[in-house]
Amino acid sequence: MFGEKISVYNPASPPTMIISQVRPKTSILDKSLSKKRGEVSLSCYTLLFSELVQYCQNKVHTVPELQNKLCDLGQEVGIKLIDLYFVRERNCKRETKLLHMLLFIKTTLWKGLFGKEADKLEHANDDERIYYIIEKEPLVNKYISVPKDKGSLNCAMFIAGIVEGILNAAGFMAKVTAHWHKGTTYMVQFEESVIVKDKQLDEK
Amino acid sequence: MSRPGTRLDSKKVNSELFTLTYGALVSQLMKDYENVDDVNKQLERMGYNIGIRLIEDFLAKTGSGRCYDFRDTAEKIQAGFRLYLGITPTLANWSASGDEFSLQFEANPLTEFVELPDHCLNLKYCNILTGVLRGALEMVQMDVSSTFVQDHLKGDSCTELRVKFIKRLEDAIPAGED
Repeated sequence: MFGEKISVYNPASPPTMIISQVRPKTSILDKSLSKKRGEVSLSCYTLLFSELVQYCQNKVHTVPELQNKLCDLGQEVGIKLIDLYFVRERNCKRETKLLHMLLFIKTTLWKGLFGKEADKLEHANDDERIYYIIEKEPLVNKYISVPKDKGSLNCAMFIAGIVEGILNAAGFMAKVTAHWHKGTTYMVQFEESVIVKDKQLDEK
Repeated sequence: MSRPGTRLDSKKVNSELFTLTYGALVSQLMKDYENVDDVNKQLERMGYNIGIRLIEDFLAKTGSGRCYDFRDTAEKIQAGFRLYLGITPTLANWSASGDEFSLQFEANPLTEFVELPDHCLNLKYCNILTGVLRGALEMVQMDVSSTFVQDHLKGDSCTELRVKFIKRLEDAIPAGED
């Protein structure tokens, strides 16, 4: 009955908002978020990723542009992941402490996405705004051989984008980039305000 | 030549990462193209590129030999879905002449978390799969076409992909760069 009321279209007073004309029997929100241990084959994922990289490459001219594009796409993924993980794993509570957030990324998130923790999390000696997440062999780079003329290209920028999307969505504004160093190193550079806020939290 | 230390079919990826990566790709295409039909075409093209490489992986992993008829092929396609996406679509609705059948999907890792907004109703969200089939089968000298006739995302009870055998390819020319 309820469904009927909504779907009847009355020209005299048109509905102010239609979210979607498609009304599936069960909405996406009715589905359980619990983990189904779904897995797909690595070949399948890496071939999809390869198409994604090639598509981006055809749209740009330089390596930095390509990296930015990959980073942007990664952010789309990150923003969606953070909701998923905090609702499912953390009882809807987000981290407010910087270090806890980084550890969450290094352990919980990495395990969920890649089946293992990131290899290392380090804090830069000379700049308190900079952290490094180090991973010897990122999943996405497994079958990528970088052409000689594009030596600096690291397609793990996509993963960097995921991390950046997650941090930004959680209120820790940062820029994340991927570099060839000890495998791949993700450099997380927080904005000054994030560090200030974190220190204030410490004082309380 | 088998390389020591590489276990076949042990390498898996979290399906949520796959789902969201595909989602990011589709939404980027929607931003880049004005026309939804162009997005469908582009997805098909990407699938084709994947298919022509994936078939080698499939043959290496399963060691499967020649197909004797199209039903044989259908079963191998089904096995491919199980191997690569972890799902087993139902084979159904065979045509009388045995050259056309449907793959029916209940769940599909591509469409997890997906809801189509109104302006995307012409989007064939999973169209990449039609390309994968075309590319993979072309590499084993078969010309097939496939289309989605039902889509779970558009309110249908299941997603149905209709696959049609067109012809056997003789003297296949090596595939060029697409």
